[in-house]
Amino acid sequence: MDTPVVEFENVTFSYDGLPVLRDVNLSIERHDFLAIVGPNAGGKTTMLKIMMGLLKPRSGKVRIFGASPEKARKHIGYMPQYTTLDLMFPVNVLDVVLMGRLGENKIGFFGQKDKVIARDSLKQVEMNGFDDRPFSDLSGGQRQRVLIARALASNPELLLLDEPTSNIDVAVETELFEILHDLNKTKTIVLVTHDLGFVSCFVKHVACVNRTVVVHPTSEITGELISEIYGTDVHMVRHDHSVPGRGPCG
Amino acid sequence: MADFFVDIQRQSFLQYALLTGILASIACGVIGSYVVTRRITYIAGAIAHSVLAGLGAARYCQVMFNWGWFHPLYGAVIAALLSALIIGLVSIHAREREDTVIGAVWAIGMAIGILFIYKTPGYNENLMSYLFGNILMVSTDDLWLIAGLDGLIVVIGVLFYNQLLAVCFDEEFARLRGISVEFYYLLLLCLTALTVVLLVSVVGIVLVIALMTLPVAVAGVFAKRLWQMMVLSALLTVVFTTAGLVLSYGPDLPAGATTIVVAGMAYILTLSVSRLVARGRS
Repeated sequence: MDTPVVEFENVTFSYDGLPVLRDVNLSIERHDFLAIVGPNAGGKTTMLKIMMGLLKPRSGKVRIFGASPEKARKHIGYMPQYTTLDLMFPVNVLDVVLMGRLGENKIGFFGQKDKVIARDSLKQVEMNGFDDRPFSDLSGGQRQRVLIARALASNPELLLLDEPTSNIDVAVETELFEILHDLNKTKTIVLVTHDLGFVSCFVKHVACVNRTVVVHPTSEITGELISEIYGTDVHMVRHDHSVPGRGPCG
Repeated sequence: MADFFVDIQRQSFLQYALLTGILASIACGVIGSYVVTRRITYIAGAIAHSVLAGLGAARYCQVMFNWGWFHPLYGAVIAALLSALIIGLVSIHAREREDTVIGAVWAIGMAIGILFIYKTPGYNENLMSYLFGNILMVSTDDLWLIAGLDGLIVVIGVLFYNQLLAVCFDEEFARLRGISVEFYYLLLLCLTALTVVLLVSVVGIVLVIALMTLPVAVAGVFAKRLWQMMVLSALLTVVFTTAGLVLSYGPDLPAGATTIVVAGMAYILTLSVSRLVARGRS
């Protein structure tokens, strides 16, 4: 059997003594498409940051591709929430995507090869032709896609996305999931979302996080399960998204 | 103004002053752009003020121990680098409030400088020229040191452009790509410290932050990319320092203060015009 892409073994994490994750066990297989869902401050983003080695668990073991997160970093692509970035920063789209090529280059300027790869990544998220546009001029959905292109520029095997669907409307979201569905053919994808009522049908597993983690196949997600995670009754709205050319999914 | 153009042809001190302004402007444009986009102008301010400790201590040693070689600019370089490292290391390692550390370095540096200057025998007019600059006092030795520092700053600032850009824009992502964020942050602070020393010779301690931020702010209205901001703000700084020198020479005004007033007016004008243009469009 293949080594799991991500493996958490009894992982516990706390911020200043406040427990965020407790005894988390999780295993993500190659080519999985996992959505991490749960209430705010439930520890979702923390899980992503532990996977990248940006945060260290207080106890427990984390293995990414069978190695430590620090060693596995070069195989990870990461898309943060664009709201954490300074929109006054003078960078254009290509500048942002080229950051994904760092690490391969030591010093000096980016070469032709890097630019070709960066443009190719932009094409994969259907943002070709936007190279010279200032990052700040883009819409929320376009920024998310540029940040995905930046994550893709290092040709990662594991793609981590933090709230890719926040601040964008449903039509744009459907488009985004189609792109991710294509990428999923070659990459393992883990995304964080606070949208519990609905996750795209392209998602294969759902990890429900609220201090602890329970993983379900997407089809098992029901209203009772959601109430269980949140601890109270929540309203669930059923969405049936159909994708042109692919037929409805369910 | 006509006097200036006549005198600069035969007065070497005016030529040195002009050259100092131009050299310092290049470093100022490159590093100032990083400082403004990373939003650490107050760190630059603290480093600038702490430089007084180095200037004062070096001058004291020159007079009291006959250490003629210990040029005040060397003292300034040491004090600036030391302050940069203290602020940088504290903000990386200790979980201290960063603004408290910045304020402490700022004030303690000045206090130490004032003690040294007070205890240095002889005339203390130096204090004013440290605080508000005296570009007309630049000597040949100063000029060589300024040129050397300038070259060093610009070469490092350009060579590590991609890394510094990534660290300023998105620290977490840079770390994920295997970049040592701590190293580049400290490098940026040290480059800021050296730039501060150059600018102290042009406009003095108190006015350094203005020269580091105003040209960048004006450039930011037009520049779409960081390197464009650097080139444009360097050119603007050349214009401002030269204009300051030329305009102040005839009526015998302090050159540093004149430079800052020119830069400040350009800033206000640019902002007003760009607001009006934006309103006209909508």
